[in-house]
Amino acid sequence: MTETPQTLLKMEHITKAFSGVTVLDDVSFDVRPSEVHALIGENGAGKSTLMKIATGAYQADSGQLIWKGQSVEIKTPHQAHQLGINIVHQELMLVPQLSVGENVFLGRHPAGRAVFRWVRWGEINQQAKTLLEGLGHPIDPKRRLGELSIAAQQLVEIARALAFRAELVIMDEPTSPLSEHETSRLFQTIAQLKARGISVIYISHRLKEIHQVADRVTVLRDGRHIITKPVAETTADDLVRYMVGREISEQFAEPEAQGIGDEALRAEGLTASGKFSDISFSVRRGEILGFSGLVGAGRTELVETLFGASEADSGRVYLEGKEVTIKSPIDAVKHRIALVADDRKAKGLVLGASVRFNVALASSDKLARYRVFRSASREKELAKTLVRELRLKTPSVEQPVMYLSGGGQQKVVLAKWLSADSKVFILDEPTRGIDVGSKSEIYDLIRRLAQRGAAIVLVSSELEEILRLADRILVMHRGRIAGELRREEATEERIMRLATGGANNR
Amino acid sequence: MTDTVAAAREEQSPLEESETSERWRRARSSLLRRFAPLLGLLVTCIALSFLSPYFLTFDNLINIFRQSSVNALLALGQLLVIITAGIDLSVGSILGLSCVLVAMMLKAGVPWAVSVSAAVAIGVALGMTNGLLLTKLRLPHPFIPTLGMMNVARGLAFVISGGFPISELPQGFRFWGSGTIAYIPVPVILIVCVYALFHIFLTRTTLGRDVYAIGGNKQAAMLSGIPVDRRLTMVYALSGGLAAVGAIVLAGRLNSGFPLAGDGAELDAIAAVIIGGASFFGGVGTVWGTLIGALIMGVLRNGLTLLNVSPNWQKVVIGAVIVAAVWIDVLRQRTRGRRKLFRK
Repeated sequence: MTETPQTLLKMEHITKAFSGVTVLDDVSFDVRPSEVHALIGENGAGKSTLMKIATGAYQADSGQLIWKGQSVEIKTPHQAHQLGINIVHQELMLVPQLSVGENVFLGRHPAGRAVFRWVRWGEINQQAKTLLEGLGHPIDPKRRLGELSIAAQQLVEIARALAFRAELVIMDEPTSPLSEHETSRLFQTIAQLKARGISVIYISHRLKEIHQVADRVTVLRDGRHIITKPVAETTADDLVRYMVGREISEQFAEPEAQGIGDEALRAEGLTASGKFSDISFSVRRGEILGFSGLVGAGRTELVETLFGASEADSGRVYLEGKEVTIKSPIDAVKHRIALVADDRKAKGLVLGASVRFNVALASSDKLARYRVFRSASREKELAKTLVRELRLKTPSVEQPVMYLSGGGQQKVVLAKWLSADSKVFILDEPTRGIDVGSKSEIYDLIRRLAQRGAAIVLVSSELEEILRLADRILVMHRGRIAGELRREEATEERIMRLATGGANNR
Repeated sequence: MTDTVAAAREEQSPLEESETSERWRRARSSLLRRFAPLLGLLVTCIALSFLSPYFLTFDNLINIFRQSSVNALLALGQLLVIITAGIDLSVGSILGLSCVLVAMMLKAGVPWAVSVSAAVAIGVALGMTNGLLLTKLRLPHPFIPTLGMMNVARGLAFVISGGFPISELPQGFRFWGSGTIAYIPVPVILIVCVYALFHIFLTRTTLGRDVYAIGGNKQAAMLSGIPVDRRLTMVYALSGGLAAVGAIVLAGRLNSGFPLAGDGAELDAIAAVIIGGASFFGGVGTVWGTLIGALIMGVLRNGLTLLNVSPNWQKVVIGAVIVAAVWIDVLRQRTRGRRKLFRK
């Protein structure tokens, strides 16, 4: 590789190990001025560790950091800020209760050096306004941050980086909570940062985006540097290959034709005012029914209602032909309905508890001795079986789930419902924030579930995912079912037309 | 096709929602949030002035203010702590210990100015100990160190005093609890000054804003370079200091330092803060609201006494008011949550 004379940040031969396990092994990485450099790799590849070293959250065991040609040590996030390195975290590091302006200047108020350090509100609001307008998004700096959408909050964090006079902004999975439109706006913002001479390190799982936004791309795998290349010289397939180190053939495999059985779940005229109205559908054993639509079309609300987590105003639900009332998740679990919620950390898992505990969560009755006393040995046995079956990578079943990768956590959620002998699986964005390798494993699992005779309701905003998995697709638009597509007739374009309110002209 | 998608998204985009109705709604809800406690106070006052002819007199109103002053001081410290998403159970006991100590020093002939300063210093030191225990020993929740301190300080108050009240304090000192300036009791003036000071502290200084940031999102505060541990220690130290000021007012008013002083007062302080609109989850709360909260409790106690309601029944009423105040807040948040869903 030729040395470029001009680099902003160079990380050379970085090695880092945690309690004996090498997480980064002689990784070198560099960013040029006003460059968007994508950093990709599966979860556990070492991306976040590398970025934490760049931002002073961790120190490398060996190797060096060179900032604008000078060797530097970055020991705290504060030092990184002072150099001009800022990170926009995946889970935004802002204070929702405070105003937008205050968040922009959090911890770095433009205050005097006097003992009391008075807050200059006028200056804060004025400067925040200028920064946000400069980014093309006039947000009132006096608004409470918590009232804003995630996309707007992200902008506040970017404005914050600018307020710190950042020369390098690291964005960690910035688009995972965004709609497509918001994503394209973010890309405009990134282009603006570039035009101002600011460099961006862009971490993402979405390979398509990388071709839209990045100049160069670096792939890490298992803590090692695999390749750095101009994006234009790569294809999405190449990148997947680099990331996984093998061809993922099953990623594009068609679901095998399978026996679809009797009706498992039927909804008739489900309505919850302001959320969705007149939803009727049925799903049979062994069938995967996909729900597509734009973010905010009411899909998540619908599945939460099916699961009893919120109430419907009217409508009926039938399970295996019999009408049932599901007023709470307790009822749903009793009827052996499983919900894999869109936010697994908040709604699916007890993060601090072990794999074993989480797996047993929905079936503790069954597992307990005399239905009362918890039986650690039974739980352990069950957890071990499921860990093997789902190919979950964990040192032991006593590992707290918060230390697992996103894909691993999702497998634990699925294991929880498997152990509860669920018959109907409602999966809401099951692969959100999960890397390519684990994704295909989760797809595999979903298919195996269906083959075993489970009825599956799959909500997904990723068209590819829906097209690949679903036997039938219902498209929602503004709380209503806009149309139904059979697997043979479904295309991305048809789904999008229905999802955006267009007619279903076949 | 991409164009249709973009167009459809456009109208759903949450970035620009600057329609006037939206603004009004927001203004109204923030106004409501701000003035709900005040509204509660006014309604209570109006009701009581109809129920009792004695209620709406200058003497009585001043009296309420004076009776609320100790609780108001403790509540102010508690407010700081609660904004950081913490809790300080030790303020009642710190008050008790400071109360005994200041009385003993006075009795030993120490000039009142020195005694008062020493008592406040001790309060600050005890509070700071809470903070250091929390941040240095990494105790899991402020409940633990302050529960410990609650017992330790109360125990020491009894040990030092031998369990007996120390009465007949010098005139110069009693001025702080029972003196008046132009008909206005000194504690009332003290409250107004201290509250104004802390209002400025919380809204106008970076130190004060750090307190909100820590309570709102501790990790964000840390990553922004805010010295979180030092700020937390400061907050608990201030809370302890304010408890000691409360001790001085109480001892001055009752002309006595006694070891049981401030027994259970931490819970009244927490109640005042919560009634005043602060959130247990941190990041939210105002000095102004806390003052109203303390006054609501004072007015209720005073009014119920005027109406010959026994102290036991007063407790029942206050308990119900605490729950009701928070419940109203929960209801309001819930409707707002619904609307948000709708807008999505």
